[in-house]
Amino acid sequence: MSSRIERTASISRAPVSQRGHVVPVSADPEAIGGTVSVTIDGIEAKVPLGTTILDAARALGLKIPTLCHHPDLEVAGVCRICVVEVEGQRTLQAACAFPITSPIRVQTHTRKVRQARRRILDLMLSKHVGECYTCFRNLNCELQTLAKEYGVDFFRFGHEAARRHQVDDSSYSVRRDMDKCILCRRCVRTCIDLQEVGVLEAVGRSDGTRIATFLDKPLNDVVCINCGQCINRCPTAALGAMDPTDDVWIDINDPKKHVVIQTAPAPRAAIGECFGLPPGTPLTFEMNTAMKTIGFDRVFDTNFTADLTIIEEGTELLLRLHEALVQKKDVALPQFTSCSPGWVKYLEHFYPEMIPNLSTAKSPQQMFGALIKTFYAQKAGIDPASIVACALMPCSAKKYECNRPEMCDSGHKDVDYGLVTRELGQMFHEAGIDLPKMPKGSFDDPFGTATGSGVIFGATGGVMEAAIRTVVELVTGLKIEDVFAHADVLPVRGFDGVRYVELPIPAIGEVPDLLKMNKGLPFSDWKWLEGAVLKVAVCHGTANAKRVVEDIKAGGTFSKCHFIEFMACPGGCLGGGGMPIPTSPEIRAARAKAIYAEDASYEIRKAHENPAVIRLYQEFLTDGPCGEKSHHLLHTHYTPRGKYIA
Amino acid sequence: MLVTERLRLHDDIGAWVAKHGATRAALIPVLQEIQRSYNEISEYAMQEVADRLDIHPVEVYSVVSFYSFLEAKARGRFVIRLCRTVSCDMTGKDRVARQLENDLGIRFGETTRDGNFSLEWANCLGMCDQGPALLINDQVFTSVTPETVHDLIQACRKSFGPLAVQGQKGRTH
Amino acid sequence: MSAVKKGLVTFAAAVPEEGLKAALARPRSEVIAEVTASKLRGRGGAGFPTGVKWNLAAAATAPAKWVVCNADEGEPGTFKDRVILAEVPDLVLEGMTIAAWAIGAARGVLYLRGEYAYLRDSLEKVLARRREKGLLGTGILGSPLSFDVEIRMGSGAYVCGEETALIESLEGHRGEPRNRPPFPVDCGYRSEPTIVNNVETFACAAMVLAKGAEWFRGIGTEVSTGPKLFSVSGDCREPGVWEFPLGITIAGLLAAVGGEGAKAVQVGGASGRCVPASEFGRTLAFEGVPTGGSIIVFGPRRDMLHVAENFLEFFVDESCGQCTPCREGNAKLLEGVRMLREGRCSWAYLQELQKLGEVMQLASKCGLGQSSPNAFLSIVEHFRPEIMGRTAGGNA
Repeated sequence: MSSRIERTASISRAPVSQRGHVVPVSADPEAIGGTVSVTIDGIEAKVPLGTTILDAARALGLKIPTLCHHPDLEVAGVCRICVVEVEGQRTLQAACAFPITSPIRVQTHTRKVRQARRRILDLMLSKHVGECYTCFRNLNCELQTLAKEYGVDFFRFGHEAARRHQVDDSSYSVRRDMDKCILCRRCVRTCIDLQEVGVLEAVGRSDGTRIATFLDKPLNDVVCINCGQCINRCPTAALGAMDPTDDVWIDINDPKKHVVIQTAPAPRAAIGECFGLPPGTPLTFEMNTAMKTIGFDRVFDTNFTADLTIIEEGTELLLRLHEALVQKKDVALPQFTSCSPGWVKYLEHFYPEMIPNLSTAKSPQQMFGALIKTFYAQKAGIDPASIVACALMPCSAKKYECNRPEMCDSGHKDVDYGLVTRELGQMFHEAGIDLPKMPKGSFDDPFGTATGSGVIFGATGGVMEAAIRTVVELVTGLKIEDVFAHADVLPVRGFDGVRYVELPIPAIGEVPDLLKMNKGLPFSDWKWLEGAVLKVAVCHGTANAKRVVEDIKAGGTFSKCHFIEFMACPGGCLGGGGMPIPTSPEIRAARAKAIYAEDASYEIRKAHENPAVIRLYQEFLTDGPCGEKSHHLLHTHYTPRGKYIA
Repeated sequence: MLVTERLRLHDDIGAWVAKHGATRAALIPVLQEIQRSYNEISEYAMQEVADRLDIHPVEVYSVVSFYSFLEAKARGRFVIRLCRTVSCDMTGKDRVARQLENDLGIRFGETTRDGNFSLEWANCLGMCDQGPALLINDQVFTSVTPETVHDLIQACRKSFGPLAVQGQKGRTH
Repeated sequence: MSAVKKGLVTFAAAVPEEGLKAALARPRSEVIAEVTASKLRGRGGAGFPTGVKWNLAAAATAPAKWVVCNADEGEPGTFKDRVILAEVPDLVLEGMTIAAWAIGAARGVLYLRGEYAYLRDSLEKVLARRREKGLLGTGILGSPLSFDVEIRMGSGAYVCGEETALIESLEGHRGEPRNRPPFPVDCGYRSEPTIVNNVETFACAAMVLAKGAEWFRGIGTEVSTGPKLFSVSGDCREPGVWEFPLGITIAGLLAAVGGEGAKAVQVGGASGRCVPASEFGRTLAFEGVPTGGSIIVFGPRRDMLHVAENFLEFFVDESCGQCTPCREGNAKLLEGVRMLREGRCSWAYLQELQKLGEVMQLASKCGLGQSSPNAFLSIVEHFRPEIMGRTAGGNA
């Protein structure tokens, strides 16, 4: 019933009108007065004081329709589809926004209620331009579902055929079609409140109300970070991702093109949802076969570059620590992870002065792109110009990231297309593939097969866990299993918005050969780390990121950290803006479970033990981690953007 | 926007935020000050206010777009708001409206080319017993007739302060 | 007995600070008891018992509480608050100060609608004078009460007259009404207990404390006590602010203001009801036709469909746009009225529009949406022969 498990503090920016009740749900239902009785459709129950009618009804297994309500967001009570009759109340009440504070009797489907809901739907449909069969949300649309449930068989108040708004397709990631908008304002609450990015708001009033950006500018011209969380929470097709599948098909069908795809860990745990399977059904190897079947020439595992990221970013951290602790240089710490392109753009816009803290390591997607068109092309004897590099990602911001002008270190556009989970599911459907029934297939060499450390990148805390497994082993010479049982770094797991962990270095070992490949390394032993306590934090959702960065700027706890993992999306990649719709805390938890189960099933669960990674350094990046070659291909720079809009 | 004007706006907003407090509750008072002094709340002004109050520019835009007396695009020096609600309607607001359009050469919702006059509709001005009523900036005029429209406009043209119109009182209550 | 007269009869006769002195001499529970005993009900239109509201706010435990005077008088046909603020502002501030004492508030806000900006300077002067005289500020009249009032201006939004929208506006947001519960008495301005009362209500409260609940109860009816100001406009000889005891019949009011031949009266402004001549025997009271005081008289030649259209244009302009029934519903009703005017509306569609109006009354988030179809529905109910079967451009 808890709706906001992923928020650290209730510093909501939403106006109270968009926030619903503040009557706290009683902390101790056992206390006298901690519960209240409610009768819904004749069923009597006791619920904690302050529970909403909607939550109480759901706990009783009763269904009340909703549109503006979302489990991740504050209560709005604006769509009015959830109205119910409360005995003694003159008007119908919104079940989502009515806290039960005294015994009440509720009817959820009287004649009055049904008539009201039906007409509210009729009103929404009258301005909802378009037909369901030309809509990408067909059969996965909350408005459509309700129209069916309430037996809408004609447009009572007409149906507008002409468009009133232009589609905004200026962004690389998010596409807005306001003619499909029903003004539930979930996107507003997502953008301002959940993510605290503040791109979308309701503008105008009365029937001229619309959801808009600052001065109605194109999305590409405002501070949108492309996280796509609004897409995942839109009940209709008003928000969607920019879909490159048509172009991908063209390249697949072109015999002169060598089309490869790298697949990130998070989509594997979710693509089953596109085929009616419950969230958290892993289909990693079925997906490999399916992708080959529809015509991809090679299928690679992004886990490879996830492991590579750990080596590069970990080495960078050690170098920064050495500069700070031994050379006493003024170096930017804590080091921030840079795998989440939404987070990177957030920092560029809102805290450009903190850019030095961002790791210069590229995200796994972009590392892979650079290697495909250099290392792989060379090894396979293919002209890089004829390679089309696709990336299957859980993330709408990856579409933007691969289009950043600096992402051409291979001499070509490193990654050509960012595909998201939903789009690959669509491609499979189009090719008549029943994914769950596919035989299992493996990933292609030379990048080898999956590792557990790469897989967990898909969940919040995963990057940190992978980094800890590697850094602890490299520095101490111990086995991580001796420090954390089964190599599970449990303190960094979970869904708390911000987690802070202190990790004493229990011993020091030899500097391993892998690092020694870099001849420029300013240290030859770990003495300077003896007795040190590694302070790390994990943070997901940009609203939480904001609190952490503000704390750092104010010299708080987090400013003493050495390394912080930031993910733009609540839940990390498994909650990404390209993942199947809908999303909820339960769905994300199920996906996380699948990801950690997959990690546990792998033999290799540490980045530095990935044989393909070791081979890459031996054969290609011969001057070692953070060496010159790796700097050229695997590291990048950032653009201070600021939040002022020209 | 000229750099000098931007600087002036920057300083003014700083002073107003200091006066009303750097909190969200100060947003509307600050916007009202900007509107009064600049006849518009420009793109730059909205971002400046957002920055000072630690909110997003789109939130400022959202608020500006909600209230009829706040406007993102430039309005005339004199904003004439004619009441269109039922009592004034019954006393002949349509004829006054037509005369205003004719005398100013603009339609409702427009601003004269010289930037002096904007013509807008208002909902109930609370002068229902003395309609038709209109507001010119903060001053209210009642029992306006098509014949007195010209005098009102002339009074504006010649005005450096509160308007004085023959046979009309710019009422304070 | 309150006079049936034009102008602010009772209020104008008030002795300055009589009510405030009486209140400060008594414990706050007794002050609230007096207001409760007077059976004073909110003068803004909704008619919530003032004593109950004050009692709830007084019972709330919080470090700070607020007294807010709702001077966002936007209801079409209403202008009595403007006259009160112009002629007896001290009485309103006295009422606010009494309320502050009663609920334990230290700060007050007078939310003045933007259209009344010309009243601001004189009100600021009144505030300054009261501060000088020790009627505002620390230790008012030697009592332990500290209270001050600031004026905040509206910016042209009718919906801000709804108390939670008003509070949203004070907090720097769009004037969009909140979900209720919780009510402002528990969680209002800055999430602190807040009472929001109409201008006239505060003035009445001051009178109640000055002259006693019994005096107040002696005016009006058993349920609807006290004198009431009416804003009278439209087709009558004597438009203006009138004072009548609650419980007067519509016919009685019309006779006094010179509107005898009327075919209908709009009671309660755009959000009120259109009462046809056949029902002029009804009383203006909370148990009869409730009203915040707006009376618009329609003479025999008025086109009631035109009236409905004007009201709906008003609501289509002034709905906050937050909830579906009000945002889309008013636009559909207006479209329907225009279809009627052009003679393009079927009987069946008119039924649909009536049903829609009822749904808006039931399912809208706030009072604006819940009351916006009232005028349309009552006009359709009472003037069906007049509005149906029109030929394009012509009247019935």
